[in-house]
Amino acid sequence: MQDKFFLKKRLNSILLFCFFLAITYGAIIITEYNVMDGFTSVPEAFRWGISNFYPTQSSLEKLPNIMEKLIETLLISIASATIAGIFALIFAIFGSNTTKINTFFATISRFIATLFRNIDVAVWSMILLFSFGQSALTGYFALFFVSFGFLTRAFIETIDEVSNNSVEALRATGASYSSIVIHSVIPSSAPQMLSWLLFMIETNIRSATLVGILTGTGIGFSFDLYYKSLDYNSASLVVVTIVIAILLLESLSNYIRRVIL
Amino acid sequence: MSVENTVTTKTSSELVNRDKPIKVKPLNKVTIVIRLTLLSLVLLSIYGFLTFDYKDVGLIEGIAASIANFRVMFTEAHFSHFNFLEGLHQVFITIGLALLTTLIGAIISLFLGLFAAQNLSTVRVSNMIKSFVAFIRAVPTVLWVLIFAVSAGLGSVAAVIGMTFHSVGYLIKAYSESFEELDEGVIEALRASGANWWQIVWQAVIPSTITYLVSWSFLRFEINFGVAVAMGAAAGAGGIGYDMFMASTFYLDLREVGTITFYILIFAILLEVVAIRIKRHLKTV
Repeated sequence: MQDKFFLKKRLNSILLFCFFLAITYGAIIITEYNVMDGFTSVPEAFRWGISNFYPTQSSLEKLPNIMEKLIETLLISIASATIAGIFALIFAIFGSNTTKINTFFATISRFIATLFRNIDVAVWSMILLFSFGQSALTGYFALFFVSFGFLTRAFIETIDEVSNNSVEALRATGASYSSIVIHSVIPSSAPQMLSWLLFMIETNIRSATLVGILTGTGIGFSFDLYYKSLDYNSASLVVVTIVIAILLLESLSNYIRRVIL
Repeated sequence: MSVENTVTTKTSSELVNRDKPIKVKPLNKVTIVIRLTLLSLVLLSIYGFLTFDYKDVGLIEGIAASIANFRVMFTEAHFSHFNFLEGLHQVFITIGLALLTTLIGAIISLFLGLFAAQNLSTVRVSNMIKSFVAFIRAVPTVLWVLIFAVSAGLGSVAAVIGMTFHSVGYLIKAYSESFEELDEGVIEALRASGANWWQIVWQAVIPSTITYLVSWSFLRFEINFGVAVAMGAAAGAGGIGYDMFMASTFYLDLREVGTITFYILIFAILLEVVAIRIKRHLKTV
């Protein structure tokens, strides 16, 4: 009996292992990934990085220019997440099971959120490039759409988790729909929602770099410019400023999370 | 007369004072911090809108043009530079990239995550790994890929290595937090019965956290699919992202962009459905 249990368990593990091995092999074939190059390129990249990829005195002169772009990128990330948060709140209230008006609106708002969330930010930026060109608005709307899709889903889950009992209690006392939403749903889920919003801002700053490279705006464009002109010292300075900005923002939002949650 | 008047006003003002509603929500630190954060976010957004580099693109005209473009994209999507099967092949390349990076990342993160969990390792090692990982995560994925591309050349090798780096940063954090949630008593009981470190890991830690590990890994796989699309566009990693980049910036073919968007959308939704299924399955097991 026990023998068979362990035999079965071992067989299962072997099967699972073979399955993963097979799909890994398939993935290596289809992507034409060279495994040996993969191993050797890591130490090579580090050797190159240590000898070339650091800011120098001359690249420091470009710091004011870089800072200006960085601040623009930060503002785009914050503005897109904040405005998306407002829209997401409205859609989440219509889409959540606890606060929906009717199933039709709930399905529509969930569908819209799914649509916006599942198109990647890079894809959005290339689509919007057609209508907004190389302006800050391309990046703004690309980040806005993805933030909106993501936050709507997160807010729906928050509302469903937090406010089920209190909504039922208020409904039993005869409170109107609007006062249930304003006095119960929003206050009780506000801290969790703010936490999601901060998370979205952090994500947006990382994505903004990518969007910048694709659309030629903000800090991503600065990096791309230095990178393509082989000015690796200035490019490394861009990386350093991004890392500092993200770490500062993360510690700030972690502080806020510790206080409110 | 005047005396009487003052008396009445006094009583009425007292009445008003008494009628004031009792403050149900005292202004504590939490509400202050929430309000201040929201206020500063709104102010920064407004300031941002005033200072953006619009380059003479009107907001209203841009939105109108976008809506017209969306209509063309999604209703008149067509194939011009590749056919249906070739497109499918490109999507599978993107999925292959995502799969490879997630698997390599998961294996590396499993071991490093054990050393990063405070209940399974020493405080010093744990803090060292965690701060190193925070640094890795702070550099956006595309920058890792481009940095590796200098020595490895643009292509799948740089993309896989760069994306793996970021996946490792993400998964170590997720895994080690799952390990830390493990009941301290289980580890203590095994240690008391003479189990060594590896036995504790294989018999207690991994079996009891496997559901979290699987759902975090699959979540990362979903993210990596999006990242792989982006790397195809921004770092020449191939796959559907590269076709998207060509259609958008070289051929300026809006209808083909629509086709590619459909491919990406369908596969992303499929992955999400599978993820929800897996989560539900793990919850019931």
